Amino acid sequence: MDVTTLLIILFVGAFATYFSGDKWAPKVALLISLAAFAGTICLLSQYNSGQEISYFKIWISKPAVFISFYADGLTLAMLLLTTALIPIIIYSSFGNNYKNAKAFYALILFMTFAMTGTFLATDGLLYYVFWELSLIPIYFIALIWGNGDAEKRKKAVVKFFIYTLAGSLFMLIAFVYLYQKANSFLIGDLVKANLSSTEQFWIFLAFFLAYAIKIPLIPFHTWQAKVYQKAPTVGTMLLSGIMLKMGLYSVIRWQLPIAPLAAKEFMSLFIGLGLVGVIYGSIVALRQKDLKKLLAYSSLAHVGLIAAGCYTLTLDGLRGAVLQMIAHGFVVVGLFLVAEIIYRRYETRTISEMGGIRSQSPKLTSMFMLLVLASVALPSTFNFVGEFTVLYSLSQINIWFALLGGTTIILGAYYMLKMFQHVMLGETNVKIFNDVTFNEGLSLVLIIAVLFFFGLYPKPIMDLISPSLENIITLINRIN
Amino acid sequence: MDTSLILVLLLSPFIGFLFNVFLGKKAGKTIVGIVGTLSVFISFAVTLSFFLQITQTKQAITVDLFEWISTQHFKVNFGFLLDQLSILWLLFVTGIGSLIHLYSISYMHDDEKMHSFFAYLNLFIFFMITLVIGSNLLMMFIGWEGVGLCSYLLIGFWYKNQDFNDAAKKAFIMNRIGDLGFLIGIFILGSMFTTIDFTSLKTAISSASDTNDLWMAIAALCLFIGACGKSAQIPLYTWLPDAMAGPTPVSALIHAATMVTAGIFMITRMSFLFDMVPSVQNIIAIIGAVTSLVAATIALTQTDIKKVLAYSTVSQLGLMFLALGFGAYEVAVFHVITHAFFKACLFLGSGSVIHGLHGEQDMRKMGGLKKAMPITFITMLIASLAISGVFPLAGFWSKDEILMTAFHHNIALWVIGSIASIMTAFYMFRLMYLTFFNEFRGTEEQKHHLHESPSLITIPLIVLAILSFIGGIISLPGNSWLNDYLAPLFSKVTQEEHSFGTTEYTLMAIATIGALAGIGLAYKKYLKENTIPSEDENITGLTKVLYNKYYVDEVYDAVFVKPINVLSNFFRDSVETTLSALVFGLGKATFQLASFGRRFHHGSVGFYLSMFTLGICALLTYLYYCNNF
Repeated sequence: MDVTTLLIILFVGAFATYFSGDKWAPKVALLISLAAFAGTICLLSQYNSGQEISYFKIWISKPAVFISFYADGLTLAMLLLTTALIPIIIYSSFGNNYKNAKAFYALILFMTFAMTGTFLATDGLLYYVFWELSLIPIYFIALIWGNGDAEKRKKAVVKFFIYTLAGSLFMLIAFVYLYQKANSFLIGDLVKANLSSTEQFWIFLAFFLAYAIKIPLIPFHTWQAKVYQKAPTVGTMLLSGIMLKMGLYSVIRWQLPIAPLAAKEFMSLFIGLGLVGVIYGSIVALRQKDLKKLLAYSSLAHVGLIAAGCYTLTLDGLRGAVLQMIAHGFVVVGLFLVAEIIYRRYETRTISEMGGIRSQSPKLTSMFMLLVLASVALPSTFNFVGEFTVLYSLSQINIWFALLGGTTIILGAYYMLKMFQHVMLGETNVKIFNDVTFNEGLSLVLIIAVLFFFGLYPKPIMDLISPSLENIITLINRIN
Repeated sequence: MDTSLILVLLLSPFIGFLFNVFLGKKAGKTIVGIVGTLSVFISFAVTLSFFLQITQTKQAITVDLFEWISTQHFKVNFGFLLDQLSILWLLFVTGIGSLIHLYSISYMHDDEKMHSFFAYLNLFIFFMITLVIGSNLLMMFIGWEGVGLCSYLLIGFWYKNQDFNDAAKKAFIMNRIGDLGFLIGIFILGSMFTTIDFTSLKTAISSASDTNDLWMAIAALCLFIGACGKSAQIPLYTWLPDAMAGPTPVSALIHAATMVTAGIFMITRMSFLFDMVPSVQNIIAIIGAVTSLVAATIALTQTDIKKVLAYSTVSQLGLMFLALGFGAYEVAVFHVITHAFFKACLFLGSGSVIHGLHGEQDMRKMGGLKKAMPITFITMLIASLAISGVFPLAGFWSKDEILMTAFHHNIALWVIGSIASIMTAFYMFRLMYLTFFNEFRGTEEQKHHLHESPSLITIPLIVLAILSFIGGIISLPGNSWLNDYLAPLFSKVTQEEHSFGTTEYTLMAIATIGALAGIGLAYKKYLKENTIPSEDENITGLTKVLYNKYYVDEVYDAVFVKPINVLSNFFRDSVETTLSALVFGLGKATFQLASFGRRFHHGSVGFYLSMFTLGICALLTYLYYCNNF
């Protein structure tokens, strides 16, 4: 079995879900996502035993475009994140009744297909196609199944669509230029193209625009909070849990190896940009009135730190960034699920309308608390391992970077605990709050289990990603 | 064998925690109490066996379970180190922990969430053990943040009260400021010495004579900032008095006897580093002395019985840091232990009083409880005498050693420490007289129900009072068991420089006279003259400044909390909308550019043809010139 099997499962699965009808669609989608997860585990064990799992075939001969799917440890880590989260996301959505469920769940699987393709593709054009393809399902998911006033929602979602699309066009231009130089879109050839430092600068910048909008990095984040707020929670989970990691992953896979000179020359600038995001996001999060928007800004702060880690161009920075990407993916999905669980009962996302939930729901309180603790990177959670490694890599560049990035330790605790206090604590709320259902509880427990297991024993993931990241570091440090 | 024993030691409270979380509610209060207490007592018993072992073998035990985190420069193992220091610390953590669990069975019996209380308390012991036996800085950090979490959970135990939740949040965030310092310290040491394991760090640092002193000093300072957060030293002390919002056993266990001494433990653990950087040691000594004085002055005027004890704790911790600053680690450890005895006793005693008065904490509404609560009274009296430094109680010996060390190093700091000690005697007896003597000032209803607390509360009090009385024997001048026991840990022996002579006797006399003077003043004012502290609105002048804690909270609020919230509002309302408008502007600009372009596409073939011709001409001209020149 090679990686295309996974893509086929998801692609065919999307159609199967659509044709299974509204009643069966959720269950079929869950089954397929679980199959995808099982497929990833198989791929992982094959990879570990040294078998070939990549796929390579010519697609178009002129211009030379290849169907090239390649999986190393880094890719597999991202696939694990994706395929482990999707079943949880789908399962947790069983508490909602979506209209036209067959289309909804088919779109989720189709998006997973596109994102998986993005992680796997090593031919620039193929990668670009998957990259853009993943935008279409989330556009419809947010537009059709989102919440709030339809006009406002449309405005936010269309803005997001055009914004990210526009950013990606720069990436396409970069690829076209690179093709002129290398006569190929394959990453292996692009890396070998002899680019002057000026060329690298422009290529770097073009990639940066695409990624900075997708991740998003400040000041390209203005689409984020509104879309997170308006999209249905499943959509928000897909965006924050997986899709924004496409941007971060691409920084590591494409941007840094193709344009290392620019990355080195402007290192401090881009680290600085990430760190500004950390502080800015944390401070904005402090006084958000809407729970989902607050989580969106906390996400902005966290990805700022991850991006800063990537741009240190050190092994620790990249390792920490990848660990933190996975950890953040899980914790943010958990937190958005909590927001959804509250919404299912109180039909509000406004924090001031909550409070006094703890006394009515000890189970939710405990699980929410654990997620908050993971989010603020308490030692023994996976997030701590990532954050520690990233901050350490920053301290190796400049101790002040570590100090600035480290403010997330203080500010993160501030806005998260403040939020927790106002959402959960206080006098018992007059509105009745039923504790979590089995479905909700199981979804949360799975997420928490992952966060604490790898918090105490991150070695399997470390061992998986380290060799691939070492290769990437070698590429970055090559002499042209 | 050792590995499994260590796991029993560590996991027993954790199993207690799990039991109380998952089964506590069903099991009922009695079982919850028994399981909770027993799980800590098992740890105590295991500690005792380790203690007996190490006094004979004098060999530290190290155990590495598995690799946890690794960076390019150092690897961090999930490992444990049981040496003289950690075992000693474990002894009083689990010992006093057991007593306080026992006490809580009765104290928390009427609380509907008793199972959560015991769960958090067990979890606290688990993290405290992790902190103490971790074999490297990052393992210690797990425990360090873990106890902070439990402190947060327990301060906000009565979560329906948002003031308590605020206090809990404040404690957690202030501690995290220190924790950032701790982390940065770990980063520096890790990259300098490629290890953060205590044993290897000790070898590396002790042998490194030519290392960059500045970076070592910065690392030490960063670690000290961490210690300041956890051990409530200036400027990170204001969370501790607020932490009294938690139930009283919590104040006794976490915010007096164990967790807040973690900073002292950490610096003692890293003594080999601090010995190399005298400049940082000076800072520690000065901060310690100033904190002890500032906190003592605030304690003089407080009327909440627990607030007096809280500031007293801050002040006593300051004295311990004073000793650390002089490199007198054994002395600081000695005071940590005696302080754990008498401060735990005082807090539990005050809990007994509060329990008896159904929640009243204001000393202005107490008085005359001596007769109704004789055991509480006598045990608290012994503890008060001990903390005041009256011969021959435990506090006398430990405090005396600190002051003596200070005297030999720096007279000014000795004076500050001595004044703080005299104030301690005064405010403690102010507390005793206001609480136990003269007439009862509460309501008739309370008076009617006055009674001594049940034996589950009084037994721990009696045990702690006895320890407060005789605790000094572990380190008597000239013949100190403690110093011999800890000797393998420290490179320098601080005691040897001054033999015991006339100066020492004079200092002891001065200290004793000071303590008696403080007690006497309190006696005159609060017993003879029967002064009752004024009501809040009538407090004026210097007293008002002290009563309001020098307005430090207000200053922090104005300088840090408010601006950050204003900034947050500004970012949310102005910057975000501006950025968003810019993006929209970009979109609009494109749109307008397009409508501008549309004007040329109006369908007139003539116009297209003429443009086409012009274009061809331009191109030909260009090519012509290009080829010719």
